[in-house]
Amino acid sequence: MREPTRTVHLEVNGRPYTLTLPVRKTLADVLREDLHLTGTHVGCEQGVCGACTVWLDGEPVRSCLLLAVQADGHSVTTVEALGTVESLHPVQQAFWDNHGLQCGFCTPGILMTVVAFLRENPQPSREEIREALAGHLCRCTGYHNIVRAVEDAAHRLVSRT
Amino acid sequence: MKPPVFQYHDPTSVEEALELLADHAPEAKVLAGGQSLLPLLNLRLARPSRLVDINRLDALDYLVEDGGWLRVGARVRQRRVERDAGVRRFVPLLAEAIRYVGHPQIRNRGTVCGSLAHADPAAELPAVAVALGALMVARNRFGLREIPAEEFFTGPLSSALQPDELLVEARFPRSPTGWGWAFLEVSNRHGDYALCAVAAGVRVEADSVREARLAYAGVGPVPVRLREAELALVQEERLEEALRAVAEEARRGLHPEGDIHASSAFRRHLAAVLTVRAARLAWERARAGGHHA
Repeated sequence: MREPTRTVHLEVNGRPYTLTLPVRKTLADVLREDLHLTGTHVGCEQGVCGACTVWLDGEPVRSCLLLAVQADGHSVTTVEALGTVESLHPVQQAFWDNHGLQCGFCTPGILMTVVAFLRENPQPSREEIREALAGHLCRCTGYHNIVRAVEDAAHRLVSRT
Repeated sequence: MKPPVFQYHDPTSVEEALELLADHAPEAKVLAGGQSLLPLLNLRLARPSRLVDINRLDALDYLVEDGGWLRVGARVRQRRVERDAGVRRFVPLLAEAIRYVGHPQIRNRGTVCGSLAHADPAAELPAVAVALGALMVARNRFGLREIPAEEFFTGPLSSALQPDELLVEARFPRSPTGWGWAFLEVSNRHGDYALCAVAAGVRVEADSVREARLAYAGVGPVPVRLREAELALVQEERLEEALRAVAEEARRGLHPEGDIHASSAFRRHLAAVLTVRAARLAWERARAGGHHA
């Protein structure tokens, strides 16, 4: 079968893109290969590990479980939109300060989940934080420092407002 | 690219979607939230030659209370049901169970009808549908039919849906006065499929159970409703005796298969323990006027 393609319009991190893509290409692959936004990581490609989490219209989703053509007309936000190396997002700074990452592979997905989670639940309990992180696999940290980083980030965001 | 090659359609009307299914059944697969289908495509365990994406069917994006029913259209995401205060009042069992479905990132995309149509016997929503006596509304280009939940699930990942049919709506009955409900689950990690989950409902009068519903996920090829155990709850006047009897019936009546996640004996043990806990919680909630703490 010839490779079916389609032209789509995506807004990624506030910038409009028009791309002609194979219909079977996942959003994760398009972000990385076509838009060179390699902050979004690809781990399991079956929706388990959470490394590829991005926002679709502001809500966290697995970009490996979304065809890029399905994002046609929608807005996508990736970890590149959170902060810069010079000026980290408060959640990124909290991860840095609390050693909430080691190899960093899982971190972009976790950041996208945590920023959205704290927006909805600004003062979560430790139990709620653990539940919010359940959709992410980290093989380095043992999660303790990630949970501490999220607690710290919550304090920073609340005291900022 | 991980998924195999397929033709892709994203119709904007239900009629167009049904024509596509009729023309291309059985090679065409419906793509809703994609949280089960995309992993199958990425692993190439499924190789449909055509996908009919229903995400642009705005007409199926409704969540309404209509008479005694909660009507959930095929485009409604699980997260919307989870966040809806009306659902918590109207169908508290559904509201409680939906938090066990995957993770927020999955529920932001996954649909209620998609989970039902996928018919995974370890999934939460099919067990809820069976416990409540929900109706599945299937449509093809010739018309509609309603399928009771207990007839809908026919085997692992198999349902009564025909290849040219779309599950356009799931209808959940409103919880009647006097009933209390509880959903409990044990899984290896929060968000994993259930090793065993129990959906329990009881109607309580003068502290005694008058009617009961019990349905299970993870312990059979389809969601299991256990009528003998329901009867055991009703036959004993005193709660503690009823709970002892229902645990006995759950152990006797369920025959789960073992796998790498849990042995058959462990699953049966879980079922008995969860049955008692869920029935007690449902009883407490029924006495509190059906409200969840």
